[in-house]
Amino acid sequence: MPAPPLLARPVDHRRRRIDRLAEMAIAASALITVTGIVLIFVFVFREALPVLFDRETQLEANLAKFFSPGSWQPVSDVPKYSLLPLLIGSLKATLIAVLTAVPVAVLAALYTAEFAPRAIRELLKPVVELLAGIPSVVLGFFALIVLATGVQAVTGSPTRLNAFNAGLALGFSIIPVVYSVSEDALRAVPSSYREASLALGASAWQTAFRVTLPAAWAGIFAAVMLGLGRAVGETMIVLMASGNAAITSWSAFDSIRTMSATIAAELAEVVVGSPHYSTLFFIGSLLFAITFVLNVAAGLMVERMRRRLAGA
Amino acid sequence: MNVFPNVAPGPTVRELANPSRRAVQAGWNVLWTGVTGLATLWIVLIVGVILGTIVIGGWRTVTPTFLLGNPENGMTEGGIFPAIFGTVLLVLLMIIAVLPVGVLAAVYLHEYARANSPVTRAVRFAVNNLAGVPSIVFGLFGLGFFIQFVGRGIDGALGQGVLFGQPAIVWAALTLALLNLPVVIVSTEEALRAVPRSAREGSLALGATRWQTVWHVVLPQALPGVLTGAILSVSRGAGEVAPILFTGAAYYLPYLPTALTDQFMELGYHVYVLATQSPNVEQTLPLLYGTVLVLLLLTFALNFTAIVLRARLRRRMGLRD
Repeated sequence: MPAPPLLARPVDHRRRRIDRLAEMAIAASALITVTGIVLIFVFVFREALPVLFDRETQLEANLAKFFSPGSWQPVSDVPKYSLLPLLIGSLKATLIAVLTAVPVAVLAALYTAEFAPRAIRELLKPVVELLAGIPSVVLGFFALIVLATGVQAVTGSPTRLNAFNAGLALGFSIIPVVYSVSEDALRAVPSSYREASLALGASAWQTAFRVTLPAAWAGIFAAVMLGLGRAVGETMIVLMASGNAAITSWSAFDSIRTMSATIAAELAEVVVGSPHYSTLFFIGSLLFAITFVLNVAAGLMVERMRRRLAGA
Repeated sequence: MNVFPNVAPGPTVRELANPSRRAVQAGWNVLWTGVTGLATLWIVLIVGVILGTIVIGGWRTVTPTFLLGNPENGMTEGGIFPAIFGTVLLVLLMIIAVLPVGVLAAVYLHEYARANSPVTRAVRFAVNNLAGVPSIVFGLFGLGFFIQFVGRGIDGALGQGVLFGQPAIVWAALTLALLNLPVVIVSTEEALRAVPRSAREGSLALGATRWQTVWHVVLPQALPGVLTGAILSVSRGAGEVAPILFTGAAYYLPYLPTALTDQFMELGYHVYVLATQSPNVEQTLPLLYGTVLVLLLLTFALNFTAIVLRARLRRRMGLRD
């Protein structure tokens, strides 16, 4: 009697089929991720196209009007479509946020990485995670109801809701990302750097500021850019805490209307396909482009630092 | 490494030559420890004040009748049950959409693709940049793609008037799903990394196929990480307002959403509405604080669970190394 074949069922068709199906589902999922970002770009930009190519729309809203001085009054009898007040509003809020949040976040990261005793370091992480977990609408609420009163009492500004108030709250929302990316960068500096510096007789602060910080420079720069990107695009905080008046002024204590808040406040009321609708999508495309550039740049910086430290 | 832990480090040669230098350096050390420490304290203070204010302002409002009641009298009285219900339904739908795709995409990155192929790089690039797109842009995308393109398309095919081509909970959930895709992918991948190579090799050596290995061996071991990602995305989904502003959230609804094409009330949006559109802010302030507190408790409970799960996963990973 001949021996049975080594494999009773040489080819298991069902198993193979399942494997192929699974492989297809996996590839499709990976593809969805890539398509996602492409679709976002295509479909946000697509609705903005009329302001670039449609004659009728351009009579009311066009690039020349967007970027020439004027006011933002899209729903008045004679609609005015200057984006400059909105750009200035976004710029002011973002600058205030970055100026108030970045020094705090970077110094705190330096403290955690260089000076803090272990117990404090362990305690700090959950606190920052807590801050990161607060939804932006809650920060907006806090800025609107509580912070604005405090800011007005301290600065004596005439309007309660202004660029400074919104920027400060916006700063709260970017502290976690700036802090954790900076801390990661500082931690990625090999300990041999520190040891060499200390062995040469440098003190702890000299090591921190002249060795670790410069070595982690690219990572901290990336942290700042990520923070910038967040601040430019953040919506609910500025929508609730900035006063939403589209004023062209450089004072930190005037109300502002940012690009993001304009979209949030106006899109629900506009007629689909109208010049106003296309303009709001155009603003969205701008926001997308700005944050995209900032993110790509931040990614490159992190990559560069990783490679340099790995080579060291 | 200090070889003699009980002996304070002695002065360096330089300091012996110039004793005052040592005191100066010690002074700078104290100063900079102080400055950086103050920055840290400032962050702790911010968190403390925000949470403290909300808890003090809200805890009296949060009662069973508040949680289970309907808004009344033009939303100046009553409870927030429809908003809680809408939020839960929204994140459930979102998680159904995002979890399979996110987990499979992570499986692709870690188990199937070669480490530096162009496709892998494209997926990684997409994940990183998807995470940085402003949430309001996701809202625009939801309106432009899901409602105007997909929804209108379905309506056109059905030919029975507008049903899908308008704001609805399904579109809001899908928009949030895309927003949270990076969260799920990143934490699933981290979990896959913690599964030892030997487990995969053992399974393959026993004759299991690639997918059987992933499904029966790798994914079960990575479950805590997958759960972490799911919970984090739920927490984020529950708090994001900008993406749902035009894709389905309603100011007020007298009924609960029961179909995919219904609009819905949501906690975060309710906070926004109560804070900015209320006819009488003074009167609604307790309601507002209560709603904020409920939203915070919900997101924190979810985050806390995720953090505990992740810590457990990291510990397991550490033991293996």
